[in-house]
Amino acid sequence: MAESALSETDVDAAGLAVRLRDATKVYDNGVSALGPLDLDVAKGEFVALLGPSGCGKSTALRLMAGLSAPSSGTVNVSHKGDGRHPIGFVFQEPTLMPWANVRENVRLPLKLSHVPAAETAARIDEALAQVGLAEFADAFPRELSGGMKMRVSLARALVTDPDILLMDEPFAALDEITRFRLNNDLLALWRDLDKTVVFVTHSVFESVYLSQRVIVMTARPGRISAEFRIETAEPRAEEFRTSAEYAGYCREVSKALAPSYSGPRSA
Amino acid sequence: MSFFRNVGRMLLPAAVLAVGLALWELVVRVNDIQPYVLPSPSAVFQTLVSDWPVLSESLGVTLLTTLQGFIAAAVGGIALALLFNQSKWLEYSLFPYAVILQVTPVIAIAPLLLIYLPQQTAVVVCAWIVGFFPVLSNTSLGLNSVDRNLAGLFQLYGASRLQTLRYLKLPAALPFILGGLRIAGGLSLIGAVVAEIAAGTAGAGSGLAFRIAESGYRLNIPRMFAALLLLSVAGIVIYGVLALVSHLVLRRWHESALGKEN
Repeated sequence: MAESALSETDVDAAGLAVRLRDATKVYDNGVSALGPLDLDVAKGEFVALLGPSGCGKSTALRLMAGLSAPSSGTVNVSHKGDGRHPIGFVFQEPTLMPWANVRENVRLPLKLSHVPAAETAARIDEALAQVGLAEFADAFPRELSGGMKMRVSLARALVTDPDILLMDEPFAALDEITRFRLNNDLLALWRDLDKTVVFVTHSVFESVYLSQRVIVMTARPGRISAEFRIETAEPRAEEFRTSAEYAGYCREVSKALAPSYSGPRSA
Repeated sequence: MSFFRNVGRMLLPAAVLAVGLALWELVVRVNDIQPYVLPSPSAVFQTLVSDWPVLSESLGVTLLTTLQGFIAAAVGGIALALLFNQSKWLEYSLFPYAVILQVTPVIAIAPLLLIYLPQQTAVVVCAWIVGFFPVLSNTSLGLNSVDRNLAGLFQLYGASRLQTLRYLKLPAALPFILGGLRIAGGLSLIGAVVAEIAAGTAGAGSGLAFRIAESGYRLNIPRMFAALLLLSVAGIVIYGVLALVSHLVLRRWHESALGKEN
């Protein structure tokens, strides 16, 4: 990672979970994917990154996760330094190991961090209970539906009890009914577990429904083009999805998104 | 419906075999062909029974050679693939030679090996040479076929090289490795037979291929057929055993081992 003006503990002290400053990403083939991007995510906040395909929102998420380094600028993620892994990541696909059952898949992060076996069982059970899959611990991924696989993926991200959850279009491939249900479950988890969530999506409706703040990004190289605070009565539930207030937010956000969709075509 | 189809799939080849054997028997009897020209199936079967002490001993020798060659191929192929996977430089340096070893016909290498190595060793080396390349190339392919996101996940949690190998790359490569082993099993038998033939009657070996060569010189044609039959059966059994192992190992998760209904 590039040299950081702020240390991880400074970010933590400022009440931030993630801070990006002038972060850019240029790939080896010369394609400029992202930025420069300035972004602060407060602790406990639910932020959605919204933009057209290929706008670099997934790249931004990978920078936060440390899966790739910024070409310039800084990326800081708060780290309590108490030995817990600070980040949980949920990919677009469930990304499960097909040869391992649900329990072993969820155990993976603990195993990789050398958590003693005696401790793991209880934490795996807890994570599976959180996503409502307690009864499926011994099933193999192929025996599960798309929505259930995604729940396993979520349980795996939660099992290390991370402060920050990074989600890369996790529900994009699911049918609408399953997606709505997972949206509600995710909101409930977020309220109960006090996590910071950065949620990448290309769905206006999903971003408004889930997040406290919607960040609209431009087409490649991705930059922030607009920002909306979604202020409504919490906790949100299905009524919000059909409310006029929700429709209003969706209209505003869609309008802000429109220019980025015409971008690549006119270029 | 599927039940009848399954029964049909077993019965049809059996029926073809029965008809073929009956025709063969008939042609030999009607034309009164001598056994040193073409033995009837019943004569071959009689020889198989009467020569069983000699033939079974030879079968044992050939199977042992095959097994040794197969194990060497499996261990060598997988180990080399793992080394290649860890070090690109090693792969660049050595892989061309593995290919050369593979594309040079083993029948042409065998006489040379027999000059420089004790016969039993040379035969095992031949079995190894033909068997190890499919294991190497399949294992390499498997190790490089890891899901990119899963690899990212391992990176995210700071997995060590050894952890990545043990918990990600090896399990992901397992179906490929088993496929390679299935090919290597049959090839090891071929390698063993080729080397035995090359060693010929000059050698002290007593494997099945040696029996075939020896019986040829003595015009003991029924025994040639009997030995050939045993070789075929041995090859089928080796393939069957390896296919079964592969199925048992993969049946819980891999597409290749799942029924179509899933």
